[in-house]
Amino acid sequence: MTVSPTPSIGARDDTGQGNSPVTKTPAYTAFRTDQVADLQVIEKRLDANGLPILGHPPGLSTRLVGKTGAQVLIQMLAEHGVTDIFGYPGGVVLPIFDALYDADVNFYLVRHEQGAGHMADGYARATGKPGIVIVTSGPGATNTVTALGTAYMDSIPMIVFSGQVRTYAIGNDAFQEADVTGIVRPVTKRAYLVKNVRDLPRVINEAFVIATTGRPGPVLVDLPVDVATARIDEAVDDTPCLPGYKPRVLGHSKMTRSAADMINASKRPVLYVGGGAVLANAWKEVRELADKSNIPCTTTLLGVGAFDENDPRSLHMLGMHGSAYANYAVQEADCLIAVGARFDDRVTGNLKMFAPKAKVIHIDIDPSSISKNVKVDIPVVGDARLCLRDIIQHIQYVERSEWLGQVAKWKKHYPFTYRNDGPLAKPQSIIEAINKVTQGKAVFSTGVGQHQMWAAQYIRWSQPRSMISSGGLGTMGFGLPSAIGAQVGRPGELVIDIDGDSSFVMCPQELATVAQYKLPVKIAILNNHFQGMVRQWQQLFYQSRFSHTEMVNPDFAKMAEAYGVKGIRCTKKEDVHKAVEELIQHPGPCLLDCFCEANENVFPMVPSGKALHEMNFGEAAHAAPPPNTARELGTLA
Amino acid sequence: MRHVISALVMNEPGVLAHVAGMFSARGFNIDSLVVGRTEDPSLSRMTIVVNADERILEQVRKQLAKIVTVVKVRDYKDLPFVERDMALIKVSTTLGKRGEIVELTQLFRGNIVDVGPSTVMVQLSGEEEKIDAFIELVRPYGIKELARTGVIAMPRGSSTVSVPEEEVGGGGVGPKRERIAKPPARTENERREPTQEELESTPPG
Repeated sequence: MTVSPTPSIGARDDTGQGNSPVTKTPAYTAFRTDQVADLQVIEKRLDANGLPILGHPPGLSTRLVGKTGAQVLIQMLAEHGVTDIFGYPGGVVLPIFDALYDADVNFYLVRHEQGAGHMADGYARATGKPGIVIVTSGPGATNTVTALGTAYMDSIPMIVFSGQVRTYAIGNDAFQEADVTGIVRPVTKRAYLVKNVRDLPRVINEAFVIATTGRPGPVLVDLPVDVATARIDEAVDDTPCLPGYKPRVLGHSKMTRSAADMINASKRPVLYVGGGAVLANAWKEVRELADKSNIPCTTTLLGVGAFDENDPRSLHMLGMHGSAYANYAVQEADCLIAVGARFDDRVTGNLKMFAPKAKVIHIDIDPSSISKNVKVDIPVVGDARLCLRDIIQHIQYVERSEWLGQVAKWKKHYPFTYRNDGPLAKPQSIIEAINKVTQGKAVFSTGVGQHQMWAAQYIRWSQPRSMISSGGLGTMGFGLPSAIGAQVGRPGELVIDIDGDSSFVMCPQELATVAQYKLPVKIAILNNHFQGMVRQWQQLFYQSRFSHTEMVNPDFAKMAEAYGVKGIRCTKKEDVHKAVEELIQHPGPCLLDCFCEANENVFPMVPSGKALHEMNFGEAAHAAPPPNTARELGTLA
Repeated sequence: MRHVISALVMNEPGVLAHVAGMFSARGFNIDSLVVGRTEDPSLSRMTIVVNADERILEQVRKQLAKIVTVVKVRDYKDLPFVERDMALIKVSTTLGKRGEIVELTQLFRGNIVDVGPSTVMVQLSGEEEKIDAFIELVRPYGIKELARTGVIAMPRGSSTVSVPEEEVGGGGVGPKRERIAKPPARTENERREPTQEELESTPPG
């Protein structure tokens, strides 16, 4: 492919510290997929105790005297380094939107508050900075619930500021009133209702502390309109007051030492890296541990990119639709090193038969993750990056040629495969084309379903924070808005939403946001006119009774054109590569509606209730039958 | 197995809902939950009785501690402690057996707090089993109404489930943050080897 040699405008600076501000009408830029700047480890600004250094030194301050609640909010967001906000106005947030009118911040007007939440989420995943949302009361706030749930399950730092009716009207069933703090409590780390403007500065600081530290997560701040208009009349103390909040940062030295000893003594270790390693910016340390001790490394869906998949030791993704070699390796491992992963049921398969031979080391910042699903032998509670650093100090080089040889053999025998036959393009081939054209060097977001799994399988992930996907909650419709958020956070980089037709139509209205802010997001829809993953389960487990899973879709290309976004429709197998090139090379936003085979299933698949090694390979032709692992590994003992 | 857990929580709206919601969302059963004020007006104490095995108990403890507004959690698993439940029981005396009920109440060291023409109200406190036993004894006379507080508990001796001075600064994020920088004063208890539970839940000493 040909790419313009012009450096993209607004590309990330090499320090990775800040993003060049997005101008509201940026010139479209061409992408150099060969020169995407390496994401530098974003050094979190933490004090000696691992707490974030707040925007303005906390304490008794007069700087906010005379300001309204709305002005305090906008000023403090700026102090916290917020450059981008997503949201939608409404009656009771008018004071805040009035303060936004001449604020020096990029505001992105969405078309549905769920989109705002997912955009903030995608922004946070792509940059490591908390995503900020401002919405109105009642329906505005309740529309963010799915987005909060998505961020909560995947531990994404995000703060939603919602409007609320006047404090004296709360509880009176006022117009657009909802008990928002009550509704969102189970899907937030903390939900605040601010009843006095003097509490607001402290609450904003607490929101940033809670959202970004420990196991990150979403926080909601509900702001009644009279609090937003009330003025602060005297010096206020904005020091966070969280006596019960004790995120542990440094792992216990005794535990890191025993973890290192166990790794040194192990014969068949496997690194199992999850989203927590990405959140903790720990990919360099993961790499160092794998290098220093020669450990094969598998990642979860949210962990992809934390370890370069082009490395021979990479086992790619594990779990229900993970690689056979990752699953075999986990089942045969004598030491499983979990880093920021939570032993989700989609990863472990049948818990009783998960990693039966392994001693488990679990590095996680959340104590409640330890031994929740799988009994852990050595818990290391703390920041993944700092804990790994401590462990690496005590690691000795081990050759492990036998174990790595076995892993290589599995990799050779059980690659991800599919039959590229039939009249229509196979969905996997579309992902392969995207991988080829981009060389895997882009930020990818996905919806949820078959296309998500194929993206995880067939993109060769090499860069951290390049996979933006709803793992825990599995939120369909996440792809487009999260891609928008990622594009806002990383202007000048190539951002591609790999979506399914059914997922895409759950939040397609954000095409208008794409058009309004001229964000050069690329959208590739794998269109099989079905809810593919549900169809797959109906075929495999419900005797092909396809109950309400067939979709009659609009012409997505025309739909995009109607929004002012370039649309391409590709219905022929032989046009796929060309269409993907056209999509990627188009300088502005572009949507590719790519027809594909509907009867294709995602394999390998660990049926629910089965152990990881009991995979269904489907029709895929394999060079070798499933191994008798006990026999094959007998030689290794 | 029956466990008594004590949780110090911030005295704020929504905290009880959060704790109750966590229990129902995770499918933990509560036998009783009592909330009341403590010596510190900014804190409330919840005493929770759960019936659970060791694994569930550990999850309950950790999930409680994870809630931002929960300041401290302690289960009384390996600790001698005093627990008290209190009951008000209105017993029918229509059969002219008031004397027997008064006698039973005295035997259980309870008090008669109200006397009506055909009822007496008994106030009784003690461990749950004691109250259960009393209820069974007076049931034949006819219980008109019954109210119980649920269990509150406190460890024996000098150990406490409150927030020691050093920990207010050393543990959480709080107004006494300047204390964080200083090495927190070590107490006698912290010099021993940490237990597994402590390694997983406490901040570095």
